[in-house]
Amino acid sequence: MNKKAIICNHVSYQKNSEQILTDISGEIIKGNITTFVGPSGAGKTTFFKLLNGLLSPSEGSINIDGKPIESYSPIDLRRTVGIALQEATMTNATVRENLMLPYQLSNRTFNDKIANHLINQVGLSNDVLSKQTNDLSGGQRQKLSIARTLANQPKILLLDEITSSLDRLSQTGIETLIKNINTEYGTTILWITHNLQQAIDVGHDTWVMVNGQVIEKGPSELLENPKTELVREFVKGVHK
Amino acid sequence: MNYLTLSITLIFVLIPFVLSKTLKLELGKDIIIATTRSIIQLLAVGYLLQYVFEVKHPIFILAMISLMIGAATQNARRKGVSIKGITWKLILTFTTIELLTQGILLGLAITPATPQYIIPISGMIIGNSMVLSILFLNRFTDEISDKEDQIELYLSLGATPKQAIHRHLITSIKASTIPTIENQKTIGLVQLPGMMSGQIIAGAAPVQAVQFQLLIIFLLLTTAVVTSIILGFLSYPTLFNDRMQLTDQNN
Repeated sequence: MNKKAIICNHVSYQKNSEQILTDISGEIIKGNITTFVGPSGAGKTTFFKLLNGLLSPSEGSINIDGKPIESYSPIDLRRTVGIALQEATMTNATVRENLMLPYQLSNRTFNDKIANHLINQVGLSNDVLSKQTNDLSGGQRQKLSIARTLANQPKILLLDEITSSLDRLSQTGIETLIKNINTEYGTTILWITHNLQQAIDVGHDTWVMVNGQVIEKGPSELLENPKTELVREFVKGVHK
Repeated sequence: MNYLTLSITLIFVLIPFVLSKTLKLELGKDIIIATTRSIIQLLAVGYLLQYVFEVKHPIFILAMISLMIGAATQNARRKGVSIKGITWKLILTFTTIELLTQGILLGLAITPATPQYIIPISGMIIGNSMVLSILFLNRFTDEISDKEDQIELYLSLGATPKQAIHRHLITSIKASTIPTIENQKTIGLVQLPGMMSGQIIAGAAPVQAVQFQLLIIFLLLTTAVVTSIILGFLSYPTLFNDRMQLTDQNN
């Protein structure tokens, strides 16, 4: 039987009386790559923030690795469930200093060997370590953002539209990187993407979200033959 | 100066008033209100101070200082309405500053423990602390809303609220205290400080006036730095909830 990395039970989230997420239930299988697709404003990023503990559900429960999310300290939760945000926010410093950040925050030793390992792990050379993050390309920034999140050795990695602003070549590079992280470290990966082909190619499973609800979920091939009219419309709209 | 001489000084109100009328600046109403208010407020304070100085009872000194703290809080709190409990945080900040500075001044017998010294110096301290609070709150609330993504990044990587906010807190503290420090660098070169000028006009020896002015400058330096630090460290925890999440300031 497959182990569950995440179990959601009737999760809803409301902000300023606006319903963002409604009654989300489902399981994420440990060690899988699960892609999340859906139109903008469907609540995908909000859902990821609930999993990383940047937000808390208004209703329902979330279990991470067999334990209720509230039983984790916020800091432990965020290190267990790492998130690379869409904007790849950087501190205004060098690549090395950005990689050092998770180590500084947890008072762990950081040295050149660790810096080299982290940056090579995402397919970048040691030369970029001394660069200012402003001088990096979009693809390099995203890779650095992933490397920085991996510095906490998360069991679950959340990737929020990290390839949306990249050219095809950079996207392929990131796809390969994600697959490698998944196979090499057994990291459970949840990935929001607007690219349906990417969702099918990289994901084991896919959740389709529309208007704050999960409309369909299952093996990623579901995107080739959607069961519901809503998802069929969404897929058709993306392919237009 | 007698009241006749004082009334002649209204010529300095008449000049901007006439200019405003001639050039259609539409400042006339504001000039009249400002002049009337300053006459009433300052004369009232003058008579009040005269009474307090004569009576010399500590309760009146405390009442005057409480009034100053209340007015300063009322004025500064508008800039920090998004920070939970800003009113008592400001009251605590002004009270701490007042106790710290007067404690040193009176405790080390730097100034005499008389209302003539305690009240004007308290006014300068609390007034300066109020301006600093407004500067700090302006900068801090802007910093939080502009750099929300940075704070979220730190939190997402497992930072404590203090770690996540630290850089922005320091930036706000520095930004609010810089004007005081910069002002002190040019003091005496560009303009003579009001209090020192007042003492000289009243007949004090310039060196003695300078000595007293230096005391005030040093006091205001402490006031500036300590105000921003106290207010900063009192304010930042209210930006987070018990799950170390950034609370929505618009809620």
